[in-house]
Formats: sequence, structure tokens, C-alpha cells
Amino acid sequence: MLVKQISVFLENKSGRLAEVTKTLGDHGIDISALSIADTTDFGILRLIVNKPEEAEKVLKENGFTVSCADVIAIAVADEPGGLAVALEVLARESISIEYLYAFVGKAEKEALVLLRVEEPEKAVDVLTASGIKVLSADEVYNL
Amino acid sequence: MQYWNPTFECMSRDEMTKVQSERLIDTVKRVFHNVPHFRDKMQKIGIEPGDIKSVEDLKKLPFTYKQDLRDTYPFGMFAVPMSEIVRIHASSGTTGKQTVVGYTRKDIDTWAEVMARAIVYAGADKNSIIQVAYGYGLFTGGLGAHYGAERIGASVIPASGGNTKRQIQMMKDFGTTHLACTPSYALYMAEEMEAMGIKKEELKLKAGIFGAEPWSENMRKEIEEKLGIMAIDIYGLSEVIGPGVACECQYKCGMHISEDHFIPEIIDPETEEVLPPGSTGELVFTTITKEGLPLIRYRTRDISSLNYEKCECGRTFVRMNKVTGRTDDMLIIRGVNVFPSQIESVLLEVGYTAPHYLLIVDRVGKLDTLEVWVEMTQDMFSDKVRNIEDIERKLRKEIELTLGISAKVKLVEPRTIERSEGKAKRVIDRRKNL
Repeated sequence: MLVKQISVFLENKSGRLAEVTKTLGDHGIDISALSIADTTDFGILRLIVNKPEEAEKVLKENGFTVSCADVIAIAVADEPGGLAVALEVLARESISIEYLYAFVGKAEKEALVLLRVEEPEKAVDVLTASGIKVLSADEVYNL
Repeated sequence: MQYWNPTFECMSRDEMTKVQSERLIDTVKRVFHNVPHFRDKMQKIGIEPGDIKSVEDLKKLPFTYKQDLRDTYPFGMFAVPMSEIVRIHASSGTTGKQTVVGYTRKDIDTWAEVMARAIVYAGADKNSIIQVAYGYGLFTGGLGAHYGAERIGASVIPASGGNTKRQIQMMKDFGTTHLACTPSYALYMAEEMEAMGIKKEELKLKAGIFGAEPWSENMRKEIEEKLGIMAIDIYGLSEVIGPGVACECQYKCGMHISEDHFIPEIIDPETEEVLPPGSTGELVFTTITKEGLPLIRYRTRDISSLNYEKCECGRTFVRMNKVTGRTDDMLIIRGVNVFPSQIESVLLEVGYTAPHYLLIVDRVGKLDTLEVWVEMTQDMFSDKVRNIEDIERKLRKEIELTLGISAKVKLVEPRTIERSEGKAKRVIDRRKNL
């Protein structure tokens, strides 16, 4: 159930993000979700793509610093309090969230959220047990 | 009070040569008998103490390099037993090892004497109030100026570095007449004064003795104008004794070297030949009264020239011109000696493998800044901001511990730092055009 997320180190200077996306585009890799964490000096670009292994390889070949991590994709009801339900489950189990970001899916009544947590397998179990919909990797890659 | 010690300060060249010769002969004997490392060097080129009959023979002797001090770390070059050493100072070295200097009671006395001369050059006497804003500690600046100021009977304020607002308040309230610190700190104080709304007319400051880092004539003008004082340049290095090896007089046309204690030479750093008076080359010092760590022909790596003409002040001491550069890659940042290779040792120690780094030295406002660029590696990288910031913090802390000054660490993308064949470019010094 875990989704591979590619992270890329970016210095804060113009044109870098364009280079990453162009590299992926040139290799026919499709981006389904992305987020950037930025500090004063650098940024970390986090990407969900349809071909994570290949993305990691081509980015490294083009001189980027890349790492790969497991994240969880969940679908919550697109209504007030929808996300809170899922987060309460994790809080109850003392699973801390490193970061999360929402992304656009094709379902109409669901909001999709990616979570980076300390114990991803355990998180998937407790979320599923509580009736939260966890998306499979393939579902996410092909969005 | 015009001179502190006119006997030596105004001695004729002939007499000075005689004094120097006697003291050199004695020093060479002591070093030969008590410092095996240097004895080996002499024996290797077939020189014995008996071959040294006057200053003329100085050029026969082998050089001493910083490397010799490193090879014999910590006390191997000391010429007296530790029971005779009353003080130890140290300055940063290139590989994390410090350069250690030991002083006997007489050495401390000599140091106070040469510093006393320098302070008198700046127009101070026993009625003066001298604020020492050089750092106190292993660094020789603070204590060196302190002992010299006490020697002339002035009232000394051992303010040490930092705490600028309080320094300025003291300067005003205590009626400080003379200030000793780095020139960049003097300028910083002038700015802070403005911010505090204190005018230079409210101070009793007359002169400042500034050193421990290179500074330009433009900086001198700025300090003199902003603080309303005479700014004089002082030179020294801990291996030789500390501050006070040489200092400008009120005419500000070169720094008088206390030649009764230190013999200067200018050499070609490549051929190692002694150059004729007036030539520009590497400054070399031989100490002729020191007991703890006497040094024969010590290579300072500083580039300067010597002027033997008599000065308007009446002193006959030779004058050295402002140091215009280095023959190695040492930087002076906020008065602290920094070798780029120290950063390399930190990176290796911390364990991230990219040995690529770049030092960017600048002057923001009046203070030197150091930024260290380090390339991000796969091993260091994480998708978590927190992890990367932890690494930045760790590197910054280690760099601070090793260099003794604070630095900003900036992580850059791989292959950002220029690679070059042979000697890598490790430093961008933006202060040069100030």
C-alpha cells in the first residue's frame, strides 16, 4: 500500500525546478503530485510520479541529489472535518506525521492526501482498520 | 613622553648590529643545545654554532617553518624545561593542531617591553586610560596589549572583545584615551556609537592601536574620521611573541620593528635568497632574546618590504611596510587565522564524503563574515527538512570549534563548486576591493 515518493534537493535559485520537470518530461515521466518544502537557503521538492525508479535514475544521472521514501496516500471525504477523522486515528496511535500535502485526484467527492509518517506500515494498518481509504501505489501512480 | 626606550629605539646602525650579533650568537648556541629538532636541521647542512659570528652569518642558518612547530607539537621546539615556562598561548593551525607558544618569565617581560614601546608610539603614557578590546585568552592580542599598557603605568580596561554597547559606554564614562582592537572592530564600534547617539566629541579618545588583521589606508581614514583619533597599525604573530613585534609611530609610514629583539629579513620565497633592502618578499624573523620558543629564521608567509631610512620620529628601528599578502592560503577573518584546509578536516571528521567546499569571506557592515559552501551528497540528503538542518547545524558547530569563529554553512547542489585541475579554488575573498 505504500507509495514511493521521490525527493530532490534544490538550491534556492531560479530555473532549478524547471530543470527537474523538464528532465522528467524528456523521459516521459508523469508527475501526479508534488510539494516543495522550503527554507531560506534550499528547498526539497517531493514528487509522486508514475515511474519512481526511473525518475530516481534519470534525475541522479542529471546531477541532482535524490532520495526515495515511502509515503501513504489516503482518500478522505471532501467535506469539513474529513481530514480530521484520519489524523485523529494516527494521533490516537501516537504515530507522528513528518509532513503531509494534498493532491488532485479524479474522484469527485474525495480529497486525496499524502502522508509521511514514522511508521508507515503500522499507519496503513490502523487507518484501514478505522475505515479510512488507503490508496494503492498503482492507483496513485496512474492518477 | 616621546620614547619608551631611547637607548634601543634610537641606536645607531653600527651599535644595533653589534647588539644583534651578540644576541644572535647566544640564541644559536641555546637553540643548538636545547632543541634537538633544530640541531638536526643545522647538522644536516653542516652548520655549527661556532660558524655564526655576526648578523652577517644569519643567512647561513636554516629556516624554521610552521610545519616544524607542527611536527614537534606541542612543546618540541621549546628551548627550556617546562618548569621555566610560565605561560602558554596557541593559535589555530592548518590541520586542527594548534601552534603552541611557551613564554618564560623573561619572555613575558620582553613582550611587555615591546608592547610598551608600541603604546608609547601611539602617544600614550601613565596618565592614559587604555581599553583593550582584543580577545583575552589563548589568542595573544588581549594579554599582549594588556601587559604593555600596564608596563607604561597606564590604567588598563581589560574589556576583551564583544559586548559593544557596554564597551562604548565605558569608553565614554571612564574617559578612555586609547583603544586597542582589530580595525574592523573599531569601525563597528564607530557605527554602534552612531546608533546609540554618542558623538565622538563626547569621548576622550585620542588614538587607537589596531592590528591582528590586514587593513587599508581607506579604513584608516574612516576610523580616524569617525572616532576623531589617530589610528596606528601594529604587527605581530604569536610564534614570534605576539603583538608588538612592530608598530607604527605617529608618522604612520611603516611599522618600526623592535630590532634589539627580532631580526627581520626579506627573502624570495621561491629561491629562499635574501633580498636587498627595499625589495618586496617574504618576511622572516629571528628572535634574539626569547627563551621559551626562540625561532631562527621563521618564515612568516607574510609579504612585506623593509625601509632602513631614518624616520622623522627620530627612531632608527627599521620599518616594515604594511603586509600586502601571503605566500600561503591563510586568511585572517575577524583577527583569527583561518586555513581553508581546516574546513576539509572538519568535513572528513563529520563523515560526509564530498571534499568540495568554498569559503566566501565578505565584510558586511564593518564585520567580516564567513560563509562555507558545502556540496550536498546522497548520504546527507533526506526528504525531511529537519534532518538537513541538523546536518547544517552540526557542520556549523564543528567549523566553529575548529576555526574559533562563527560561520554560516550553506548546502549547495552537487557539482556547484568549481573543480579545477591542480590547486582547487577554495576561497572567494570579497573584502579585497574595500
